[in-house]
Amino acid sequence: MSDRADRWWLVAGGLFLLLSLLIGASIGPAGPDSWRVPLALFDRLPIVGIDSGVTDAQWNIVWQIRMPRVVLGALVGGMLSIAGASYQGVFRNPLVDPYLLGAASGAGLGATLALTIGRASSATWPVDPVPATAFVFAVGTVLVTYLVGASFGGNRSGITLVLAGVAVVSFTTAIQTFVLQRNLDVVREVFQWILGRLSGATWGDVRLVVPYVAVSCIVLILFRRKLDVLRVGDEEASTLGMSVPRTRMTIVVAATLGTAAVVSVSGLIGFVGLVVPHTIRLMAGASYRRVVPLSLLFGAGFLVLADVPGRMLTNPAETPIGVVTAFIGAPFFIFLLRTRQIAR
Amino acid sequence: MISCRGVAVSYKKHDALLPFDRDIAAGDWLGLVGPNGAGKSSLLRAIAGLVDARGLVSIGGVDLSTASDRERAQLVAYVPQDPLLPHDMSVFDYVLLGRTPYVGRFGLLGRSDRGITSEMIALLRLGDFANRYLGELSGGEQQRVVLARALAQQAPVLLLDEPTSALDIGHQQQALELITELRASRQLTVISAMHDLTLAATYTDALVMLHEGAVVADGAARDVLTAERLGDVFHVCVSVDIDEEDDTVIVVPRRGFPVSDATALS
Ligand SMILES: Nc1ncnc2c1ncn2[C@@H]1O[C@H](COP(=O)(O)OP(=O)(O)O)[C@@H](O)[C@H]1O
Ligand SMILES: [Mg+2]
Repeated sequence: MSDRADRWWLVAGGLFLLLSLLIGASIGPAGPDSWRVPLALFDRLPIVGIDSGVTDAQWNIVWQIRMPRVVLGALVGGMLSIAGASYQGVFRNPLVDPYLLGAASGAGLGATLALTIGRASSATWPVDPVPATAFVFAVGTVLVTYLVGASFGGNRSGITLVLAGVAVVSFTTAIQTFVLQRNLDVVREVFQWILGRLSGATWGDVRLVVPYVAVSCIVLILFRRKLDVLRVGDEEASTLGMSVPRTRMTIVVAATLGTAAVVSVSGLIGFVGLVVPHTIRLMAGASYRRVVPLSLLFGAGFLVLADVPGRMLTNPAETPIGVVTAFIGAPFFIFLLRTRQIAR
Repeated sequence: MISCRGVAVSYKKHDALLPFDRDIAAGDWLGLVGPNGAGKSSLLRAIAGLVDARGLVSIGGVDLSTASDRERAQLVAYVPQDPLLPHDMSVFDYVLLGRTPYVGRFGLLGRSDRGITSEMIALLRLGDFANRYLGELSGGEQQRVVLARALAQQAPVLLLDEPTSALDIGHQQQALELITELRASRQLTVISAMHDLTLAATYTDALVMLHEGAVVADGAARDVLTAERLGDVFHVCVSVDIDEEDDTVIVVPRRGFPVSDATALS
């Protein structure tokens, strides 16, 4: 309840993220001994000088291959979790995830189209067409959902928007399936994209998503108290002096932009946006004052850690991160639910 | 002072409240009575700005239609009939929501907001519950928590929609006594919809009786609550006793059909 407890949770989240980043950077095939990596990283800090015994070639592996992947994982995990928490708050529905309004299915359609049509010419494009198209389609699909939902007349409750989302998601998925069925040669590529990936991430990928994630997270964190106000219902929120449609719109736009950006570079990593906020509710309480910032920190750390086993299980191919998140996350979540229920 | 001029509410084509005109003096407690569907909630919701109403409502000279959501919330606190209480929200956090109309630009609450929240919690004798979850409270405690949140808004006008319908007779009385006390100590103007006519007569300064959206009587309880009118409006058979000593009105249900219906039946 108190500010002091809030602060302790933030510190705990920060430490968890830092630890996850160190673990993520230290483990992987090739490269230096794991224990030397944190030393090498500290060595790079200003003033600090430690002899880590890491050669320049090894450092390159850490800095150019592992770090972008780790940082991208943190951005994606944090973004999906904070967006999931915000969506759940805005729609007062605990079963909602950040893909609800079509960000994921739109991105999937965009990526499918780019891989199908743009395949032949993509080598000559100035930017990689897949994330760009995925992003445009993700944002476009959510926009369509919003327009459809608003045309039902009900800006007063989020329900119409959720229903519009269901319809639009089915529609885009149907188109995607149709396109895929006509172009069976790209099925494998599209499937891999959909399962989500952090492998091969570059600093360029990181630079691509950072602005969106930063803006989105700042808005969502500033709006965290409004999410608490919304918990008592639209009407009471409005008698408490809040403009409900405007608040809902701002939060949805911010969460969607960030989600669309990370989904376009990493594919559809499922489960994180649903389960991380819930886990935090069970651990730290249901107030969005906590759930929003903690989702960012713990979600970021969680995805970085979840990416580690995938890197080890590389035979015959790297295990997709979406598989790992569900594989670790689902049992953990059930465990948490059970222990909490027994404690009550 | 609250002034209503031609306040009317329609849903689609159905008129829920016909044009309503009345002034309510600062510090007064006005009770709204009438059968279900009479338009009591519609009037309260119109003043609270929750429905698109025609006409004009002003509070202390401020026209509410030109006020922002935030300004309105600083003038009017509204307690709905059936408030949504998130079961896993703490009492303190819930009462703190009453400070929403005063939050700063970055959504931050100040030390004074927490102070006022604690003050209201103490005022409504909820000190022992501050860290409890809403789902862990009894009906009477929940009612006090909702009142505390409304009072934390520090608005001069308090609208209550059937504040005691869910409570037993003892808790009803406690809640109404509490509102009486708070009204005096905080100079609140109160408008409340009420179902228990005897309690309404006992605690309010004046009653307005609504029926099918129209005002059928307005004034002191003993003039508004006549057996004949209650028979017409509520289709109920009652006798009304007036205790001349302390001027209280007691509405007692009687067996049988009201006069008007009895003739209609035969
Ligand atoms: N949201 C709504 N949509 C349509 N009709 C409504 C709505 N709310 C109330 N009404 C109608 O308006 C009339 C007045 O309702 P209300 O003000 O809630 O009465 P009361 O509070 O006195 O029981 C009723 O006939 C009711 O059916
Ligand atoms: Mg009502």
